[in-house]
Amino acid sequence: MTTENREPASSFFPKLTYRVWRVWQRDFDVFTKTIFVNFLPALLEPILYLAAFGVGLGSLITGTIEGTSYIQFIGPGLISIAVMYGAFFECTYASFVRMYFQKTFDAIIATPINLDEVIAGELLWGATRATINGTIVLAIVAAFGLVSSPLALLIPALAFLGGLLFASIGMCFTALASNIDFFNFPSFLYITPMFLLSGTFFQLTIMPEAIQTTAFILLPLTHLVGLTRALTLGKMDPLIGLSPEVLTALSIVWMLAAALTFFFLSIFLMRRKLVK
Amino acid sequence: MNSSEIVIAAQNLTKKFNDFVAVDHIDFEVYRGECVGFLGPNGAGKTTTVRMIYCFLPLTEGSLSVAGMDASTQSRDIKKIVGVAPQEDNLDPDFNVIKNLQVYARYFDMPKTEATRRAMDLLRFFQLEEKQTKSIEQLSTGMKRRLIMARALINEPQILLLDEPTTGLDPQGRHIVWDEIRTLKKKGVTIILTTHYMEEAAALCDRVIVIDNGKIIETGSPQNLVKKHAGEEVLEMTFDETTLKMLKEELPDAHFEVYNNQIRIFTNQTHGSFERIARKFPGMPMSIRVANLEDVFLKLTGRKLRE
Repeated sequence: MTTENREPASSFFPKLTYRVWRVWQRDFDVFTKTIFVNFLPALLEPILYLAAFGVGLGSLITGTIEGTSYIQFIGPGLISIAVMYGAFFECTYASFVRMYFQKTFDAIIATPINLDEVIAGELLWGATRATINGTIVLAIVAAFGLVSSPLALLIPALAFLGGLLFASIGMCFTALASNIDFFNFPSFLYITPMFLLSGTFFQLTIMPEAIQTTAFILLPLTHLVGLTRALTLGKMDPLIGLSPEVLTALSIVWMLAAALTFFFLSIFLMRRKLVK
Repeated sequence: MNSSEIVIAAQNLTKKFNDFVAVDHIDFEVYRGECVGFLGPNGAGKTTTVRMIYCFLPLTEGSLSVAGMDASTQSRDIKKIVGVAPQEDNLDPDFNVIKNLQVYARYFDMPKTEATRRAMDLLRFFQLEEKQTKSIEQLSTGMKRRLIMARALINEPQILLLDEPTTGLDPQGRHIVWDEIRTLKKKGVTIILTTHYMEEAAALCDRVIVIDNGKIIETGSPQNLVKKHAGEEVLEMTFDETTLKMLKEELPDAHFEVYNNQIRIFTNQTHGSFERIARKFPGMPMSIRVANLEDVFLKLTGRKLRE
């Protein structure tokens, strides 16, 4: 038997090896077991939204938004929302159930896999789940003929980054949750406002500049929606008077930085919660 | 049976949860091939000790070496050679019986074909072969316990940790688990078990460690501890002052215990002295039995409820 390196004393940064993959595989196996149940809502929801908001509400909207029709405008919003929900709920309610009720984490850390790897595996799975959901919605939006740029092929990669970000934010809440009802707070006070106020269903430029700035700094979905729309339609929406190029660069940097920060922070918080 | 090779060595081992000292500076050793039982009332520190051995809990103080490796810095290597059957059911409810074992084997990097072969062997060994495609919630308590033990063995561990392996089982289920533990012992697996059942410890353990309030209060083979603390035989009868006085005159060397309207007399004199008493007090209801580990346990840890 080969002896692995001695572990360094506990630090902020996690100790991760390929074993993260083992945890991901576990969650993936469960997902494929219930694939029908998992896919159906992901398929139906965007169709309902496109019908209700795009066709229904959209018929009342006579003008265009920056040159695009209303139904075309909300397509990228729906993709982004699928990414956010997929990752956030996977790493809040679902991870909490595995951790607290099923004691799955306890069972895994009795094997050569350490707690940091369990959490990282959960986060990567959350990001994967978000990518799957986002890609399904992308396919539906495309089927409605609402994708006008080949850059849309990059959306799964963006969905993975966005998914990792929302998974990590969700996992931070899981680390703070003492019971499952706690998730009502982030769901209603953070996710729902974000769902509405991140340029998903109307362009943020019609709001006061203070709200635009707040959304830009605090709401990750703003960046995900902006970048997804740019990839779907080939152009970036304006915001707080920044040029499309600067806006694109800032959004990418913001998402990368936030995803990395919350990734490490959530593992640190979970370790602090679970290692007594 | 017992070689002199030490597999687990704890020195000054201490675990604190905030201000509460769960394990209080204990020293113990476990030899290769031994079956050692940790006995103690609820909250004594048994589970905490076991959890430190498989690196689930970090130590607060002291040192702990498992198969020559340091529990504080080599947890991964330790966990590769240890099998754990925890007290609570943490089987994966998202998978069926055999998939539970296959997925667990994958955590140890076992290739799929080997994992399946091993899973089938274990299901056969634990008489769960027919349940392989059942979901976890369809299993009885006894089947779940056996599946947890099967899972603990998937990596062919050198050291097996069993935390209350038979709690909640019916007598049949308990005896199946006991037989399996004996078979594993014969194969040379070092076993540590915690239990509340004294007959279980007496039946399975080469040595027991009695722990209370986080401290080791006694250690030795079950037979020696019984001899040392409870003697050979116990006489039990209903308490009243005159009987007690007369008995004390009859048996000046015996140890008397009065509790709950019962007199218990422990003696080291092999056979005969209690029969004499029985003849002397004809018609008086009394029972004479062989002293056991439960007598020792209650003597050492007291009769007060802990929780």
